[in-house]
Amino acid sequence: MKLKVNGQSIDSNAGTVQALIDELGIKAPAVAVEVNFSIVSKKDYSTFPLKEEDQVEIVNFVGGG
Amino acid sequence: MEKAAQSESDKLIIKGIEFSSRLWVGTGKYRNFEEMAQALEASGTDVVTVSVRRVDLKRTAESLLNYIDLKKYKILPNTAGCYTVEDALRYSRLGREAGLSDLVKLEVIGDEKTLFPDVIGLLKATEILAKEGFIVFPYTNDDPIMAKRLLDAGAACVMPLGAPIGSGLGIRNPYNIKIILETVAQRYSCPVVVDAGVGSASDAAIAMELGCDAVLINTGIAGAKDPIAMASAMKHAVMAGRLSYGAGRISKKLYATASSPLEGMLL
Repeated sequence: MKLKVNGQSIDSNAGTVQALIDELGIKAPAVAVEVNFSIVSKKDYSTFPLKEEDQVEIVNFVGGG
Repeated sequence: MEKAAQSESDKLIIKGIEFSSRLWVGTGKYRNFEEMAQALEASGTDVVTVSVRRVDLKRTAESLLNYIDLKKYKILPNTAGCYTVEDALRYSRLGREAGLSDLVKLEVIGDEKTLFPDVIGLLKATEILAKEGFIVFPYTNDDPIMAKRLLDAGAACVMPLGAPIGSGLGIRNPYNIKIILETVAQRYSCPVVVDAGVGSASDAAIAMELGCDAVLINTGIAGAKDPIAMASAMKHAVMAGRLSYGAGRISKKLYATASSPLEGMLL
């Protein structure tokens, strides 16, 4: 299935947000996830389904003032 | 006048959150994370600003948080780079969702060259986020009326700029900062934190001598030739400025007043 993750088109087999995080190997200590511009709460990662053409944003903290 | 600084009772408390340091430090622009971690340590701070950005999918970069001890530092996510209310809200909500903080250093930027705040957008975003339970620290202009409006809208403190972000020009309008302190902040019992423009230790001391509750510095430390030494300088300047404010300076006079007695002089 094709997803757009952080602006990049990727092919993924992830059925849920958690599966996508695992598939991408993201181990950042604190992330937040949006699917199609809506925030997905952490407790819903393992149940929130992903579908073809979903736009996913996965963010974390970087250095800033 | 408040009690002398450095006493236990001089701790800064905002919405029940205790800040042991009056120097807040940004985490951007260091040469590497090791240098940043050492500068934070040298600054004595307990609150650091961070930005919300996309995770690097190639995982080439290390995670900032591997270098920040969350037991030691409070995380203050910012909305840097946001030019609209919508973006500022989006970044604020993502920052909170990351799960480390209900605080937000709210920036709605009005112009790329000056990075001055768009105060109209800032006011709207402050109102919405305060209602959503955020503890909003708005980065604003040194305008006392806008400070009042932001506090009316639910801001937990105000963060007037000393000068443009990263400019190192210091406190360009100390009189406006003083007016904010003497009118708005006093009436609302609200802290004032100078944010942006502090370039050297003397700038930080001036902000504190005016009576500001804290200063936030990023470029002034990270951009110095020796950021770790500058972090230490800023720490001491903030403490000295706070003490000086509490001690109550002498009034300025045009003419001399002798320090040594005239009595007992040889004829």
